[in-house]
Amino acid sequence: MDPSRKRKVRLVVALTAAVLLATALIYTSFSASTEASKPSEIKPGRSYELTGKVVNGSIRHDGDDLRFRVRDRDGTTSVPVSYTGVVPDPFRDGREVIVSGELEHGTFVAERDSLVTKCPSKFTKDEQSS
Amino acid sequence: MAGVGSACLFIALLTALYAIAASVYGARSGRREWVTSGRRAIYCVAGLCVIAFGVLESAFLRSDFSFALVAEGSSIETPTFYKVTALWATQDGSLLLWVTLLSLFSTTVLFLTRRSLRDIAPWATAVLGGVAAFFLLLMIGWENPFDTLATPPADGVGLNPLLRHPAMMIHPPMLYTGYVGFSVPFAFAIGALVARRPGADWIRATRRFALIAWTFLGTGIMLGALWSYTELGWGGYWAWDPVENASLMPWLVGTAFLHSIMVQEKRGMLKVWNVSLICATFTLALLGTFLVRSGILDSIHAFGASTIGVQFLVFIGLVVALSAGLIISRLPLLRSEAKLDSLLSREAFFLLNNLVLVGLCLVIMWGTFFPLISEALTGTKASVGPPWFDRLVTPLALVLVLLTGIGPVLAWRRFTPAALWRVLAVPIAATGAALVLLLAFTDAADSWTSLLMFCLVAFVLTVVSQELWRGTAARRTMTGESWPRALGRLTGRNRRRYGGYLVHAGIAVLFLGVAASSAFVDQRDVRLRPGDSFEVNGYQVTYREPTAKLGGDSGGTGAPISFGAVLDVRKDGKHFVLRPSRNYYSTADPSLGTISRLFEGEATSEVDVRWGLTRNFWMAIRPDIGSLDKPIREADAKFANASGDVQALIVAALAERYRRDPPPAAFRAISSPFVVWIWIGGGIVVLGALVAAWPSPEARLRRVRSLYSARLGQELSRA
Repeated sequence: MDPSRKRKVRLVVALTAAVLLATALIYTSFSASTEASKPSEIKPGRSYELTGKVVNGSIRHDGDDLRFRVRDRDGTTSVPVSYTGVVPDPFRDGREVIVSGELEHGTFVAERDSLVTKCPSKFTKDEQSS
Repeated sequence: MAGVGSACLFIALLTALYAIAASVYGARSGRREWVTSGRRAIYCVAGLCVIAFGVLESAFLRSDFSFALVAEGSSIETPTFYKVTALWATQDGSLLLWVTLLSLFSTTVLFLTRRSLRDIAPWATAVLGGVAAFFLLLMIGWENPFDTLATPPADGVGLNPLLRHPAMMIHPPMLYTGYVGFSVPFAFAIGALVARRPGADWIRATRRFALIAWTFLGTGIMLGALWSYTELGWGGYWAWDPVENASLMPWLVGTAFLHSIMVQEKRGMLKVWNVSLICATFTLALLGTFLVRSGILDSIHAFGASTIGVQFLVFIGLVVALSAGLIISRLPLLRSEAKLDSLLSREAFFLLNNLVLVGLCLVIMWGTFFPLISEALTGTKASVGPPWFDRLVTPLALVLVLLTGIGPVLAWRRFTPAALWRVLAVPIAATGAALVLLLAFTDAADSWTSLLMFCLVAFVLTVVSQELWRGTAARRTMTGESWPRALGRLTGRNRRRYGGYLVHAGIAVLFLGVAASSAFVDQRDVRLRPGDSFEVNGYQVTYREPTAKLGGDSGGTGAPISFGAVLDVRKDGKHFVLRPSRNYYSTADPSLGTISRLFEGEATSEVDVRWGLTRNFWMAIRPDIGSLDKPIREADAKFANASGDVQALIVAALAERYRRDPPPAAFRAISSPFVVWIWIGGGIVVLGALVAAWPSPEARLRRVRSLYSARLGQELSRA
């Protein structure tokens, strides 16, 4: 093979590989992703990544279950959450949380160990009153 | 004192701007004295930043709450160790740390190159001055660490308890040193482009800085993983969190850069690629700082909303535009001096390794920014979880480890298949033996990716041992030295090469730990009363008794209250005791009663781990203090204005009550094999990098010679 043709073959192989990788990347990411939604947006029948704030005074322990309500970041619509698994250290009233699961009979049933709590910027007193 | 700090920052900004102007003018007009002046201005910036840093650090140590930052991030009871670190726990403080490190790095590199790289150094000075000026401007304009409070509080809020961990003391400075260190090769690459000197000079001058930056960044990542494993109470070391990814991306591209610059040094190829890589690395380092500070992605690290997100984006945009524009305008100068002779050569494999590393970075970047991408494309914010990352990263990681083994044994230019077979016969045999042994004696076959990884690790380790063995044996026959002496001399004479081998061995060991601990982990979450037992992975765990401690928690974090448990763990006649606990910190929330406040602040897990070379046994506890709610409320009502002593007595009574009548507590037990090898491997990588970065006697000699020839040139031009 002459060098210029060889280079062309190499280029085609490299480009094909890149395109394949990019397609796999895009395809798998869209099919594996979960939507992040506010409590006011979720409906039964599909899984969501629920984001919002823990309603003050709503945290209850019920056997292995942790029950609390999550409300919209800037609103009052809230949904009860039932969760099992490890609870992150910063979890408490008023914190922003992300939890995956599905709405069943009006309760958001969370996947095990899916609770993520954001670190507060500063744990000052205005944190809880906000 | 705060005035002194602010003044330092302001003068530093003016000095940095002067450094840019002086070096650009000096470079364009050819007047060396202006270049020298610009360089010395950078030294001044470093001095001013160090003074500002010292002022702030001393305010933290003196607990001077008239500094807003000290009042927010420290308190009188905060242990001294954590008072020091509280400086970089805040946004403003971490910016000051960034710019201080940057100015020190810049000073070092400009001092070392003061008599060489005459064309490139002035432009590099200007770039470094520009980066410093940006960070100084951020602080002066929006996030001044020297803001003061008109009425200083009697006590500060205290350092976030989650950050009270030894690894957290050094993790941020390590990461920042890594991020900042990459600005040095970046500045010289830009300098080389502007000055139209795209040879390997800028690489030789800054290669060591890139390696040191890479080492610090890697160490920072490893320490972050250790913190996650021992402090966060979930028992993992990596979760594909956006901020973790943000630190890994520049590290991956930096790794690619360290490899591909060798190709340019040896063969004069890949010039465009190299400048692009270093620009990408530096941009990703900025992006890492930006992600932590902007809160645009949901992450546990996103420390609330920030005021400087836009400024950062503008600066990143400027850096990208400047780099891309320069590279494109200099394309004709960046032509390769040689062509790829054969696909079976070291340069071809380095190129392959580069593609894999950059591919890994792109995959991680796509996943990290997916919420933004999907919001832009479909209107909804969706995200991909750790399983997605695992699925895409695992195959690339396997290829990478394979290349780690093959790369070092290949020669430059070309290699015959017969020669390749000669060097790879033993490693391939060892890999086969490892496969047979793993299948015969372990259940490694349960996870084929892990099995494959174990075999590849065996391959890499054999390759490295064989190289060391061959080199040492050859030296022995030539010089008749003893084995250890020959090995030491061999490494000393070829530091880059043998340091590199050590790094490769360390990476293999690290992946051994990752593969084993991710695929063969046993985990159980249980609720127990004292006396109850459960079993995990053959370990019989018994909850012996609850503990309740006031002050002096085991980690020395200054937690006032700590509830925990003593557990007996038995397996095969062996017995050990674990004491996990949970620290409770007080809050200043005025809506709560005096006693409630002591319990309602942050709470952190203090896990207990039995470290072992073959297996770690990890335990965390989450005590149920719900049973104390009623007595706490009663105490709130009765002792609303209790003095500190009375409060202590009440808490002691509550602790006693918990000990006597303990409610069931939730436990998590994790038994994972070979976890410790992740950090041992990381340690080997650092050691290897140090060996490679240490100046060799020959290099010192070369420097003296070049200095001598430079002086000679000076004399001649004067004559």
